[in-house]
Amino acid sequence: MIVRILGEGQRRIDDADLEGLNALDKELTTAVESGDADGFSSALSALLDKVRQVGKALPDDEIVPSDLVLPSADASLDEVRELLGEEGLIPG
Amino acid sequence: MGMGRRLALIFKAKANKVLDKHEDPRETLDYSYEKQLELLTKVRRGVADVATSRKRLELQMQQLQSSADKLQTQAQQAVTAGRDDLAREALTRRAAVNQQIADLSTQHAQLQAEEEKLTTASQRLQAKVDAFRTRKETIKATYTAAEAQTKIGEAMSGISEEMGDVGLAMQRAEDKTQQMQARAGAVDELIASGALDDASAPLGGKDDIQRELDAMSAGSDVELELAKLKGELPAGQQQQAIASGDPAATPQAAAESEAQK
Repeated sequence: MIVRILGEGQRRIDDADLEGLNALDKELTTAVESGDADGFSSALSALLDKVRQVGKALPDDEIVPSDLVLPSADASLDEVRELLGEEGLIPG
Repeated sequence: MGMGRRLALIFKAKANKVLDKHEDPRETLDYSYEKQLELLTKVRRGVADVATSRKRLELQMQQLQSSADKLQTQAQQAVTAGRDDLAREALTRRAAVNQQIADLSTQHAQLQAEEEKLTTASQRLQAKVDAFRTRKETIKATYTAAEAQTKIGEAMSGISEEMGDVGLAMQRAEDKTQQMQARAGAVDELIASGALDDASAPLGGKDDIQRELDAMSAGSDVELELAKLKGELPAGQQQQAIASGDPAATPQAAAESEAQK
């Protein structure tokens, strides 16, 4: 699976590591939906740390779409909401 | 659905929009390649803009530092001359200048971080654009329009995601640079007014209330610094400074000698 951290590039992650990531992604989603800014920043930094830890950076000249796209480390809750609203195409 | 997947879908939707524009998917490749080159130029210009702002801040910090040094010297001279009022004024201003320097150095660090991010982003984009050009020529040479569809779709959503990412990074850097420039303009005006260099000139652009407020926050520091400067005076001059100087010191000294009796 390919994961992009906005502003940092893409990483390849083994399926074995996915479970931990999904749990963290769920936390992040809950924080964004409930507008919990503190929960958002702690969930985001935990998620990004994990991705950086288990993911292997893709070479710069590889062109492939990501399965997951994550906000940059210094993104605010408002910025992420804006990003989600931009196209009005968010399913669910 | 998790956040990561939602964001990935939003980026994919953008790529699909571009794909839908052209009847022959192979045309999309050329169109996108042009857009990529445009974006590369923009990002490089963006890096240069951020660097210019950063250098402007550096220059201002140097100017402010020399103001602070000058005010320190003025305060020393004022104390030597027994003019505590002027020394206090100079130290108050120095505290304000130091505050400005501290603010600017925070912003400087932010700009430097943006500059590094944009530089990395432009290198990554360059590598991807080069790879895309090769892939585009292979696809056009080898496949019919119908066969090319899948290959193009994948290349397009990959590159379009990268372009979206770089576009966002550019936006953030531009926002930050604009904020800095507005502030930098104000600091330039303050420096040009000369108010920061000369403690005998009226405070440039500040009303009395602001001055009072500044004094309240800077006041305790100023008193400490004043005491320190006095402590550094040779013994003979110290006597003189006390005799001619601080109006608060005299009643206090009197009260103390009163208490000793």
